[in-house]
Amino acid sequence: MDLSEINFAVLVASLIVASTPLVLAALGELIVEKSGVLNLGVEGMMIIGAVTGFIVGVETGSAYIGMMAAAMAGALLSLLFAFIILIMQANQVASGLALTIFGLGIAALMGHPYTGIKSPQISTISIPFISEIPVLGTMFFQHDLIVYLSLISVLVIWYFLNRMRAGLILRSVGEDHDVAHSLGYRVVTIRFLAITFGGAMAGVGGGYLSLVRVPQWTEGMTAGAGWIALALVVFSGWRPFRLLIGAYIFGGITILQLNLQAIGVNINIALLSMAPYLATILALVVISMSRFRGNRGAPGCLGRSFVKIT
Amino acid sequence: MNNKIENTLFQCRAINKEFGNVRANNDISINVRSSQIHALLGENGAGKSTLVKIIYGLLQPDSGSMTFLNEEYSPKSPKDARALGVGMVFQHFSLFEPLTAFENILVGLDKELGEKELHASVIMLSESYGLEVNLSSFIGDLSAGERQRVEIIRALIQKPKLLIMDEPTSVLTPFECESLFKTLKKLASEGTSILYISHKLKEIADLCDTASVLRKGAIVGEYDPKKMTPRELGEIMVGQSLFEPKRPVAANKSNKVLSVKINEVKPDTQFGVTLKNIDLAVYQSEILGIGGVAGNGQEELMQVLTGEKKDRNVSIKYMDNDIEMLNPRERREIGLAFAPEERLGHAAVGNLNLLENSLITDPKKRFQMKMGFIDFSELNEYTNEIIEKFNVKTTGVSALASSLSGGNLQKFVVGREIGQKPSLFIVNQPTWGVDALSAANIRQAIVDIANTGAAIILISQDLDEILEISNKVAFLTNGNLSIPTNTMDIKTDEIGAIMGGISD
Repeated sequence: MDLSEINFAVLVASLIVASTPLVLAALGELIVEKSGVLNLGVEGMMIIGAVTGFIVGVETGSAYIGMMAAAMAGALLSLLFAFIILIMQANQVASGLALTIFGLGIAALMGHPYTGIKSPQISTISIPFISEIPVLGTMFFQHDLIVYLSLISVLVIWYFLNRMRAGLILRSVGEDHDVAHSLGYRVVTIRFLAITFGGAMAGVGGGYLSLVRVPQWTEGMTAGAGWIALALVVFSGWRPFRLLIGAYIFGGITILQLNLQAIGVNINIALLSMAPYLATILALVVISMSRFRGNRGAPGCLGRSFVKIT
Repeated sequence: MNNKIENTLFQCRAINKEFGNVRANNDISINVRSSQIHALLGENGAGKSTLVKIIYGLLQPDSGSMTFLNEEYSPKSPKDARALGVGMVFQHFSLFEPLTAFENILVGLDKELGEKELHASVIMLSESYGLEVNLSSFIGDLSAGERQRVEIIRALIQKPKLLIMDEPTSVLTPFECESLFKTLKKLASEGTSILYISHKLKEIADLCDTASVLRKGAIVGEYDPKKMTPRELGEIMVGQSLFEPKRPVAANKSNKVLSVKINEVKPDTQFGVTLKNIDLAVYQSEILGIGGVAGNGQEELMQVLTGEKKDRNVSIKYMDNDIEMLNPRERREIGLAFAPEERLGHAAVGNLNLLENSLITDPKKRFQMKMGFIDFSELNEYTNEIIEKFNVKTTGVSALASSLSGGNLQKFVVGREIGQKPSLFIVNQPTWGVDALSAANIRQAIVDIANTGAAIILISQDLDEILEISNKVAFLTNGNLSIPTNTMDIKTDEIGAIMGGISD
């Protein structure tokens, strides 16, 4: 074993790539949960995004068009969820689980003819000058457009939630939908929009997996990424920047264990592959028992159906 | 020029609204003139809330029409109402607990306003109308009185032409009420009409120009409160004659039930109050009234007394036993009963029905048969008795606690606690949001158990209530309790002096 075989700069660069689908999907879910809705269908929406993005990308030859199709597919699937829970007022947990199962199934069906094909390339955009900086340049400034977009999204969503009126309204709907309703805000409409946004973000996350990260289609390729994204939202205490850090820690452990496997560390491979998930559980346990308890992150109406009282 | 039409700001004609089989509003017509304070009087369930919700656009009437500023007025949502110049302060606070006071004001606005600009106008409002609020504190950490100030500011900031106030003074002290009245009179003189809902007949006489009385969903008539006594008005409202409870006969000094000594107890939250130097005792058949402005330690004192908060710096002796380390359940088992201020979520569980809510505070296990089975017939009887005796308006014992109006749930909670026949009953704000007749009933029931030997600690921000039925009074100021004095010996201006320390 030789640890010096691992290039630190490349490691960081690839952990960012590995984490990007998580960042995107989790940011979407963050907005959904801030509106008071718990959508457990992230995994389903991601894989629908992955397969649709891949198919459209291959057929059109453009990864960008594929990525857009992925967003639309995720949003479309989330509309189904929105309809079930907002209009029919079904239980959110059950509906979300059903969405995941449905998504996984239909994605496998759609993607079958495309197994083993290579996807169109997405180009790396090196930011002039600063990408030349040794080490740091390789780490942060030689990525594709989506990575930059994901970082900008963190900033934009933080600004939206904490500095904008629309964000405040979204949060109030999530905190107490009865009060928001009595003030005249349209709870259902606002939640519809939030859920659709969450679906689109999960879709892009999935598309990034199949078009950039892997890049090819295999059945069930999201491999729990949607669930990790859900956990990250809790881990972050519903805060965008902590969410980004959480995603990078998780991505980092994933990449590190792959590298350790590659250089042949004397640890059972099963244990190494388990590491990222174990770390997630551990982080959640630590957070829920420590000083974070009772923090103001969790929206008051999370997971509760809104029934108009007359 | 027709003077009457010229003066009318708001008018509704023949408003009808039905819920299922219940006619909440039956052919209601009222006429609010500009620059007037117009009272809407009625018992719980008389249809006042339904009517103002229709005016504020939260409900649509089944039939009838409204005009505002001489134009057809039919708001589809509160947003429409606010845009046209109708504002409202709710009875059940419509505030978001996890947000700050400032954010709550911001979210109630319909137009984007610069943060600095808003800050300035909020501070201006709170200064000119005496509505003191710490803008950066979270609503969850504020007392009821402080929350209400936030709501009033939120409504005033939109400069409404018609302001609806749903029982605004129910949690305010006399001083706060006076400054609120000044605010309202100032607003009225500046051209804003106020539709003022209240059960407190005295303040309606002080404040209002006109009073429309509602009974069972219909208008009884329009009266001039300045030309009537509060009692007359109250009797029109309830449709029968009113009584005034009398304080229990002199206490038996030899039987001390509870004594409490507190050196210092620090609050759990950043905005809580530190309790200091509290020394009180309450005897058999005695009501000890504890007054004071909201947020001066009432909540904290209540928690210490119930055992929700245990602290080493507290010594509580109950009939010669030290009970400071007992939890609420254990205290209930030895004969204490509590009714905290917050009805939903603290005194009662919203998602449980009334039967279950009776069952959960059953320290003596009256409703429990062998092997843990519930004695439903006994429980039914007990719950029905409360409903009947305290005139709780509900669909029955299987109604969810959350489906009851605030006043009705309050009656239920007090009834449930009194029904346990406690030796010591500690109650915080027993008649908040409860109408005149029911309030008198609740006070009478408290007096009744005192007369049968129970000791009572009555924490209330309603000074009249305290002076009416307490044997002794003390006041909370910044977490300090004044020395309990005989109610008979105390003079109104002395109360002012004791509570005066609060404002600085």
